[in-house]
Amino acid sequence: MAVAKNRKAIRKAPRSVPAGAPKIEQIVTDMPVIVPNPMYLKIRAKAKAKPTFLGYRRENGRVGVRNHVVILPLDDLSNAASEAVAHNIKGTLAIPHPYGRLQFGEDLELHFRTLIGAGSNPNVAAVIVIGIEPGWTQRVVDGIAKTGKPVAGFAIEQNGDHNVIAAASRQAKEFLHWASEAQREVCGAEELWVSTKCGESDTTSGLGSNPTVGNFIDKMDAWGATTCFGETSELTGAEMVCATRAATPAIGKKFLKTFQAYMDEVIEPHKTSDLSDSQPTKGNIQGGLTTIEEKAFGNLEKIGKKTKYIDVLTPAEEPRKGPGLYFMDTSSAAAECVTLQAAAGFVVHLFPTGQGNVVGNPIEPVIKLTANPRTVRTMGEHIDYDCSGIFRREMNLDKAGDGLIDMCIRVCNGRHTAAEALGHRQFVLTKLYRSA
Amino acid sequence: MSNPDFLVHDSTDVVGVVVVEGIKKGQTLSGWVMDKDKTIRIKCIDAIPLGHKVALKGLKDGDTVLKYGHDIGKIVANVAKGGHVHTQNLKTKRW
Repeated sequence: MAVAKNRKAIRKAPRSVPAGAPKIEQIVTDMPVIVPNPMYLKIRAKAKAKPTFLGYRRENGRVGVRNHVVILPLDDLSNAASEAVAHNIKGTLAIPHPYGRLQFGEDLELHFRTLIGAGSNPNVAAVIVIGIEPGWTQRVVDGIAKTGKPVAGFAIEQNGDHNVIAAASRQAKEFLHWASEAQREVCGAEELWVSTKCGESDTTSGLGSNPTVGNFIDKMDAWGATTCFGETSELTGAEMVCATRAATPAIGKKFLKTFQAYMDEVIEPHKTSDLSDSQPTKGNIQGGLTTIEEKAFGNLEKIGKKTKYIDVLTPAEEPRKGPGLYFMDTSSAAAECVTLQAAAGFVVHLFPTGQGNVVGNPIEPVIKLTANPRTVRTMGEHIDYDCSGIFRREMNLDKAGDGLIDMCIRVCNGRHTAAEALGHRQFVLTKLYRSA
Repeated sequence: MSNPDFLVHDSTDVVGVVVVEGIKKGQTLSGWVMDKDKTIRIKCIDAIPLGHKVALKGLKDGDTVLKYGHDIGKIVANVAKGGHVHTQNLKTKRW
């Protein structure tokens, strides 16, 4: 009893720290003026000209904007070894995730497609795959090897973490030396693959930041870029209008079939009452969005006024019909959607937000834009592009779109996004159902 | 007019979106109808937060609400012109 009494006396509640304390005196020096790269000034001399960017051309001809050496775990069990290798070899990047065991059927196919796609993404120079056993590890290695990039696999069973970490670290070091000598070259907009998805949307998204992305898509589509939008459930209420934006009636039908399947297989069997607290989300509602229909029409502003989508992709499926806009069947959760788009080969992502989603992705740099002046003020460190001037009539959509193209090209050229600087690397695999 | 208090996407819409902070009950607001580039004025009868909707006319239980020129749901509790339109009086027709 005495012990318990003493312990109670010792364990006082932690002292609360007042918000804003302690006050830190900043030591201010004159900041040097950053002179833009002359090559950049040359390639964006004319705002209306087709932009070019500096990218890494890979063995299969595709162009990346980052140069990662990725340590890719096949399964949850291999995360620790993968993170140990990334810790040993500075400049490599582990992308841990929670799945990969006892999956089967289409869920397993999607798991492989996402891992192989992530490793195959042109933002990745070389890959180390670590799995618990050699069979499935080999399958991922073989899938990524089709791109022609260096890839090596290691299995933990019969070796243990220590031996695998040592061997994989030696190989990762060689990959890193090799990859870090790659040079960027000038590439045209037609070689750029851009995905988009919005998050923590509010009414300012549909009025400002989403139409800004739409203006970007309309312009980039005319220049021959490959672009992608998704978020199947988030088109509810606007699905018939979305179907009219397909390039042909057959593709529109394919979209509606995909949309209906998501309703029938995902939403209807699992909903308990209605989705009024999940779709729109609590954050959406706080931001003024009331219904899914309102959110859906705002969402659709992202695909511009004239661009038509030329195909409907399954989750993480690589586009195969050439340049143009694609719809991908994805969930509307930010990290799940971006991860699937990165696995399909998109190299840079446009993420309009209202209330301030902070998502990032380890493979694809995520550019955040907002038209909400309060979000700019309260969480500006997450925002790469502020288009709130639209509401003050300081910029129209044409100007806002041009500004976003500029920011996108700068990010492609190497500028780190807010999400990259802040370490947001949400690699979130989509799981279709429970494992066996 | 340079700084509108609220925006109306389409001239057929029955709601506008407040795009500035600190709108108080009784304030007269100026709105920008984007498709027609027209300015309208309305007296709001509620405090309306940034991003939330203001009724551009009186709306009755069962009325369809148009925004973006499209059906975004139905009114479930009467709201007067200048009132705050949100989850308390507007509901989806879907889920």
